[in-house]
Amino acid sequence: MSRPVRLSLFGLAGAGLAAVLVIAFRGLPDFGGYQGVYGQALDGFGVTLRHATDLITALNFDFRAFDTLGEEYILFASVLGIALILREMRGERAEPHQGDAEEHQFADASHALRALALGLTPGLIALAVYIVVHAQLTPGGGFQGGIILGAGPLPVFLAGRYLRMKRIAPHVLVEVADALGAAGYALLGISGLVLTGVFLKDALPLGIPGHLLSGGQMDVVSVLIGLEVSGAFLVAWSEFLDQAMVVKGGAE
Amino acid sequence: MSFLPYAVAGWLFVVGLYGVVSSSNLIRTIISLTVVQSGTYVLLLSVGYVHGGKAAIFADIPAVSRAVDPVVQVLVLTDIVIEATVTGLLLALAVQAHKRFGSLDPHELRALQD
Amino acid sequence: MTVLQIVALAAVAIGATAVVAAGDALRQVLVLGIYGMTLTMLFFVFQDPDVGLSEIVVSTVGLPFMVLLALRKVGEHEAERAREKEEQE
Repeated sequence: MSRPVRLSLFGLAGAGLAAVLVIAFRGLPDFGGYQGVYGQALDGFGVTLRHATDLITALNFDFRAFDTLGEEYILFASVLGIALILREMRGERAEPHQGDAEEHQFADASHALRALALGLTPGLIALAVYIVVHAQLTPGGGFQGGIILGAGPLPVFLAGRYLRMKRIAPHVLVEVADALGAAGYALLGISGLVLTGVFLKDALPLGIPGHLLSGGQMDVVSVLIGLEVSGAFLVAWSEFLDQAMVVKGGAE
Repeated sequence: MSFLPYAVAGWLFVVGLYGVVSSSNLIRTIISLTVVQSGTYVLLLSVGYVHGGKAAIFADIPAVSRAVDPVVQVLVLTDIVIEATVTGLLLALAVQAHKRFGSLDPHELRALQD
Repeated sequence: MTVLQIVALAAVAIGATAVVAAGDALRQVLVLGIYGMTLTMLFFVFQDPDVGLSEIVVSTVGLPFMVLLALRKVGEHEAERAREKEEQE
């Protein structure tokens, strides 16, 4: 169907959808007046129950740890799909660009840019590790710190040195980190099954709230998820980078 | 005025859908899909807000103060990271479709080749 | 509702319209990065720092990076095709 017909059809449907949404949202509680009992109860005694001051991390990795397991595997599966779809097909070959030196230098990469990348990369990695490890104390956790950790090697690429970035985040290391994070979480759950009879139940001591070693296994889960998320994103970015910079030729 | 967050969430949804319907390029479709997803985040977080509530981190406020609902935040937080990879999967499909059909126009993609 | 929240909501609505109305895919990617910033401000003003932390990196670095690489790959492929067609003629 032609474009004007399509857009006018959408105009009708969109108006109907907007009307239905307005009617539906009128039934929601007023903004600021949410009376959810689950959330209020957890706000009340979450700290004393699990000795963690960051309740969102406590929910993510302790109260609702099973949901996080499922969601982590969605991440793993979709990155697996990216790696599968962007594999080298028949008729393609992986070779660096002609006319570049061995390091894919961008023509305008200045020394200032490279110096900036030198300062940024270790800073980002340190910040990411801090956020991952202090999961149950301050805002942060495995997911947030993991993606910052994944973005750590990127300034090296942006400063014009693609192959150097591959040396900081080589394929094998990144894939192993991804797999380790995903498998480690399941193994942690099985260890809970073995030690206490319930899958994913906490077997570590709870500690004092506000100290680093508190909250039981929340820290361990956070580190595993940080590994998994950073590994997954680096695998995905490396696949796209390979396609854009290295793979030549194509199926017709 | 208290209907504004829900209205913005609905607007994001409808505008994103318009972007999906009216795009002539697969990558524009995928980016508009991101806008639709963000509409659901705004809706969930607006539902969980509590008047006068602080963040649900009790590191330096007493454990009995009023805090916003933490459950919806957990849902949105993991969702943001995971939808980024799913969008990456869609982008990989678009790249391979371009390789096979030579164009990113949704109307020139067919299941069977002539 | 505080004034900050109203301003953040308005910025998000305007940002979303700008993303959809942007011209070509490259321009849209840049506007998407800015839209991610406005979303992050909204999440912070709604007292959700964890969500803001994950949104800021995903929407300014994670997603635009992949889209830009996909666009580059597509552009390269089209240039190669054009070159092959010229050689045939």
